[in-house]
Amino acid sequence: MFEAIAFYLFAFLTISMFYIAVTTSQALYALSAIAAGMLFISAFFFILGADFLGAVQIIVYSGAVMALYAFGMMFFDTTREVKEKHGNSMIVIGLSSLAAIMVVVIFAAPIVSSNITALYPVVDGVGNTQAVGMVLFTKYLVPFEVAAVMLLVAMIAGIVLAGKKMDLSLTLMSDAEIKDLREDQNKKVLS
Amino acid sequence: MEIGLNHYLALSAILFAIGLIGVMRRKNLLLLFLATEILLNSVNVAFAAISHYYGDLTGQMFAFFVIAIAASEVAVGLGLLIVWHKRHGNIDLDNMSTMRG
Repeated sequence: MFEAIAFYLFAFLTISMFYIAVTTSQALYALSAIAAGMLFISAFFFILGADFLGAVQIIVYSGAVMALYAFGMMFFDTTREVKEKHGNSMIVIGLSSLAAIMVVVIFAAPIVSSNITALYPVVDGVGNTQAVGMVLFTKYLVPFEVAAVMLLVAMIAGIVLAGKKMDLSLTLMSDAEIKDLREDQNKKVLS
Repeated sequence: MEIGLNHYLALSAILFAIGLIGVMRRKNLLLLFLATEILLNSVNVAFAAISHYYGDLTGQMFAFFVIAIAASEVAVGLGLLIVWHKRHGNIDLDNMSTMRG
């Protein structure tokens, strides 16, 4: 009973938050709505007994990823009104419903077709975090290491891409210097 | 009233559709990235639900790897956006329709 109440409450909250995030024209509202939606998604993980996944969701998504997006929002000056694409709305609605039906079919097909047995069943008398650790560091050790290398590559790529010309500070330069810099850059891009 | 696997899959499909709508109508690349986060999160909900209802931890493992990939995607994507913004001063999708060789 309480599970049903919690499910419907958090489903309503998540859907409304994500709906706000994709329809609003203010970047700040979209960012706040996404952060709230991520927190509500973690509630589903706690309902489903995946405690560790819920904690990771809060830390990584609501913490790290949202901080990166907040940095990007300040950097890119998206405080002005966001322009929207005004294409054919029928195509958009049709493609969206088609894709949603496909997702349902993808997930429903194995359930309908065969009786699935658990490959790595949940052990009794062991907490979720411990069970996750046992499976992650025995059966999924190689993907875990590959994910670690991928995160390292992403970190180096972020530093290399964003760290260029960090010694120039646009806030400390005068307007004339910034204008000269822009013209120099335009010349470089055009040449 | 019992909450079954189908409830969670339906919720996941609804969230996925919302994310797709966002991907299709956003012009600003930062907000387009936000819409892709919605897509990844909806799939994570489906993974966790299947993991719970079949008593199998594989779904949760996949959800972890999806989260790791999402984090690295954000880092690299924002780095590329910063480079583009330094060159051109905007991050609108329409200005990226042509490539320079």
